[in-house]
This record gives sequence, C-alpha cells and structure tokens, in this order.
Amino acid sequence: MTDEKTIDATEATETVDLWVAGTEEPQFQPTDEGQQEMFVEETDERLAKQLGSVIDDDYLFDDDVEDDERMIVNMGPQHPSTHGVLRLQIEMEGEVIRRTKPIIGYLHTGMEKTAEQLTFGQGPTNVTRMDYLAPLHGELAYSLAVERLLDIEVPERAAAIRVLMTELNRISSHLVALATNGMDIGALSMMLYGFRERESILAFFEKTTGLRMNHNYIRPGGVAADLPPGWKDDVAAILADLPVRLAQYDDLLKENPIWLSRTQGVGVITQEEAKAFSITGPILRATGVNWDLRKAFPYSGIENYEFDVPVGENGDVYDRYRMRVLEIIESLKIVEQAMDRMPKGDYRIDDRKVTPPPRARIDESMEALIHHFKLFTEGFKVPAGETYVAVESPRGELGCYMVSDGEANPYRMHTRAPSFYNLQALPITMADSLMADTIATIASMDPVMGDVDR
Amino acid sequence: MNPNGEMVLPEVLQALADQFEDVTWLKSHGQDVASMPAELWKPFAEAAKGAGFDFCSDVTAVDWMRQRPERFEVVANLLSMEHGVRLRITTALGRKDPTVDSLTSIWPGAGFGEREAYDMFGISFEGHPDLTRILMPDDWEGHPLRKDFGVGSVPVQFKESHKV
Repeated sequence: MTDEKTIDATEATETVDLWVAGTEEPQFQPTDEGQQEMFVEETDERLAKQLGSVIDDDYLFDDDVEDDERMIVNMGPQHPSTHGVLRLQIEMEGEVIRRTKPIIGYLHTGMEKTAEQLTFGQGPTNVTRMDYLAPLHGELAYSLAVERLLDIEVPERAAAIRVLMTELNRISSHLVALATNGMDIGALSMMLYGFRERESILAFFEKTTGLRMNHNYIRPGGVAADLPPGWKDDVAAILADLPVRLAQYDDLLKENPIWLSRTQGVGVITQEEAKAFSITGPILRATGVNWDLRKAFPYSGIENYEFDVPVGENGDVYDRYRMRVLEIIESLKIVEQAMDRMPKGDYRIDDRKVTPPPRARIDESMEALIHHFKLFTEGFKVPAGETYVAVESPRGELGCYMVSDGEANPYRMHTRAPSFYNLQALPITMADSLMADTIATIASMDPVMGDVDR
Repeated sequence: MNPNGEMVLPEVLQALADQFEDVTWLKSHGQDVASMPAELWKPFAEAAKGAGFDFCSDVTAVDWMRQRPERFEVVANLLSMEHGVRLRITTALGRKDPTVDSLTSIWPGAGFGEREAYDMFGISFEGHPDLTRILMPDDWEGHPLRKDFGVGSVPVQFKESHKV
C-alpha cells in the first residue's frame, strides 16, 4: 500500500459538519431580518393564487403549450378501473386530456372464426361468451338470425320465455353497471348492493338454465328447457325486492352532492356525436334520442308488452346512470307482464329437423334416437342466404350478421358488438376534460371487453 | 314484391334507386340489400346519408374464396332512425389488393368496423384516418378470417401416450 492511497482520518471527519452525540452542539446561525420577509417580487395577484382565493384555470383553453409539457400516459390494460383489459393511450397537458386512443384486442379469441367451425346448434355456446354480462342477448340475436334463415317461428311460450329471461338479464347487467360505476367514482356501497341484488337474478338463472353465466339457454328453435317448477315464486320475489332496493339506491346516489359533482356535466356526448359515431343503447338515449330496437324493430313479440323508453337530456355521466336505473324499472314492468301472461304450450318448436325429440321418446323410439344423434353430431342444415338481426342488449344494438351457404355451419357469422362501437366515443368524450373525470367516463360507457374483442 | 313480381322499395329507397342505375337491389329475408360496384361505394353512401340514413350500424366483410369470381364482399348496415328503415349495402372486391373507399368521412362511426375488416380480411379502406390492426397484434402475419387462414390446433399430449 502506497502513501497516496491512505486516507487521513482526521481530515475526513473535520470536513463533515455533523453533530455527534456527546460532543458540543453546533451553533445555528439565526436568520436575519431580510430573510424573514416574503419574496420581494410577490405581487398581490400571485399571492391570491397561492392562497387559493383566485382560481387559475385558464390552462383549459390555452393552446400555446410547449412540447415538453405534453405527456403520454398509458392506462391499462391491467388497470382495475378500465373494466377488463382496455388500454388507453392518453396525451395530456398538465391535468387536461387532449387526445385519447383506445387500444383493444387483448381479449380477442377469434370467436367469429370459431363460429365458422361450430354447427348452428353449437353456436349459442360460442356467442354466449362474448358479452358475458348479457349472455342471453347474444344467444337471442344468434338464434333469431338462424331462425330467420330457416324461416321458422318459435312457439308463443318460447318467445315469452325469451322475453322474460332477456329482460331479467338486462336488469342484472345494469345492476353491474351501476355497481361498477359507483365503485369507480368512490361510492363503494353501491358496488356491494348492486352485486348483491344481481345475485338473486343469477340464482334464478342457475335454477332455470343450470349456469349462472354463459347459459347456452336460448337456442335456434326455442329454449333449451322449460321454466323450472316454482319459477313464478322466484320471479315474484325478484319483482317485490328490486323496487325497494332501487329506491334505496336513489336515496344513496340520486341527490348526493358528491355524486352529482362527479357526474353532472362530465363526459358529455351530444346527439350529433352519438349518431355520427354509431353509439347505441343507454348512451344514445341519455343524449335525448328516443331510439330503442325493442320499439323500432320488435322481436320475440316484445311489441305486445307495455313499457316506456326512458330518454335523457344532457348526455353526461349522470344521465347515463339515470338511464340505467330507469331501464331497470321498465324491464321490471316487462318481466311482470311476461310472468302474468306466460302462455302454455311447447318451449321449443316441434320440428325434428331443428330441435331434438323429447327425452321420453328417445327411450322408446329408434328413429327418435337416430334423430337426436344426428342433430348433435352433424347438426342441421340451413338454407343459403344472409341476414342481419339486431336486438337491444343492455349496451345497445347487438346485431348478428349471418351468412349460410347451405351447410350445417355458418359460412360467416359476424357480431355487431355494441361495446365495440361505443368505445369509439371515448376519444371525443374525453378530449379537453380532466384526468380525474376519465374513470367516471369509462365507467358510464359500461364497456364489456369480451364484447369489444370477441 | 308486388303481384307482378317487381320489387317494391320503401319510399326512402326508391329515390336512391332512381338516382343510381348500376345498383342491384334485392330482398334478403325481408331486408333491402343494395349491391354496387366499388366505385359507387362512396357516392352511394353519401346519397344515402342525404336521404336520411344518418346511422352506420356496422361495417364488415365476407370472404367468398373459390365461390364467387370476386373474392371479397364488403357489407355495411345502414339505419335511418327517422324513417325506421334498415339498408344493407354490399360491394364485391377482387382477390388482389382489395381496396374500397372509406366511409369514415360520412359516418365517423364506420372507423372501427373498417379497421376490423382490414385486420381480419386485409381489405384496404382508402381515406381512413388510422387504418391499423385493431384486434390482432400489430406484428401479426395474415388475416385470420380469410378462408385460407387455418384455424390452428394444439396437439393434446396425454401423460402415458407415446410422443408424436
């Protein structure tokens, strides 16, 4: 070891001015009078801003922002409040969002390609997994498309069961929308209540279809099974319970000042924007457009039920929330009517080319067994043709474009997914709004990523 | 269809039919379908918007490989909320470099549907502001919904089986 590399221990300790316990305390220099005064250049205006008596928000309209003040924020895809795997690329200036780009496809599973491999009878198993919060609407659109190509009409009871089940499904889906909407804005009790009430409907679904979600219940030709014994009591219990609960939600949110200030005037979409960007469902109706496919292009005999279409006014987050509450009330009316006048008869069409024979027949008839076997292995052939059928799902126009070339599989099956098209509204809705409103806006759009990406 | 076998179009559509002679009209299960050559795609759409079709529900495509002389068919579902009428417009595109005008300047809402058709079928929409893949990864090769794109499968290996 050479002399240059040795460190002089005494010199090193002297330069560091630290107080060590047991030694003499260092003397602090008191500040002089000049240092105690406020910043000399401080003007009264600047002081008022710092104290908060004058709020400076002109940056909202300031376009001359230098590049280094812009910032790209990636939100998602794994963000709890983006409702699944939605990714947003947001360009910000300070707290203000200038541009947004939704990036989707993280949940893409090629369901339209899969549909081409499955027979028409297997199809509902596939489409029910698209919009997993409203599976019955997906099945309904698919089944209606197949039935139109086959040119068959389902029995009255099957149609009424479909109306009953899809409207219950609308309620359960809107309850989730309310729950997550509340949770995202901070009304956490709403989340617990919404999921609690939805559970009563899912329990009924489980009793009827065998599954809580992904039912494969509505099939071409009718429904998979008749309503279970005692179904009226279950539906009546739901009908008795939900209005009380909805009143409680209103107590919680409707006039809650925090809720109002977070939702009113936030995420506004105008009528023109909504129509131009192909937005449907509660978001369109919240802007004041009276458009509901159940009224415009009725299906499954829904024109025979009495219900109103709630229409909003301002097209903001609050109106969308109100739409969902009011639609639950209207759906309850339909469910009640469907329950009261449930027609007697068969729950599926009596056409052995489409629906399997009854279970009892299979035990005694060889032909019935063969029929059953052929239907579930080869499927049934559908005449060549193409059609587009749309139903009003909780999120808007859920369309099914079906092309058949005369085989047992669809030649092409395309789903017009409402969430997919509704997402186009995000960039225009979020432009020039604050980052803090992003979550409220996304939640009010109620996108289901399974529906978006398919 | 009237008793003479002629097609009866709703009033809204009749005006459009008079305006464009090269458009073929047909009824498909009670729905009106207008097929047109690709160069009429945008002019017809503009006229349709003028006639009250203020809403473009959906844009998609069908691959008719080895079934039709023109391989691709682009399909758009239009809707007139005012009249309560639906109209489906279709155009056929060739196998090589299928290209058609974008409808985004008429209905911005067609944007996502066109991106999906581009992603899934490789159909180009001229004038689209952001024609990029939407569902598949950016570096994906091929267009999955084409009929010559295989479904693919993962071989199932059971524990006791011999290696394939």
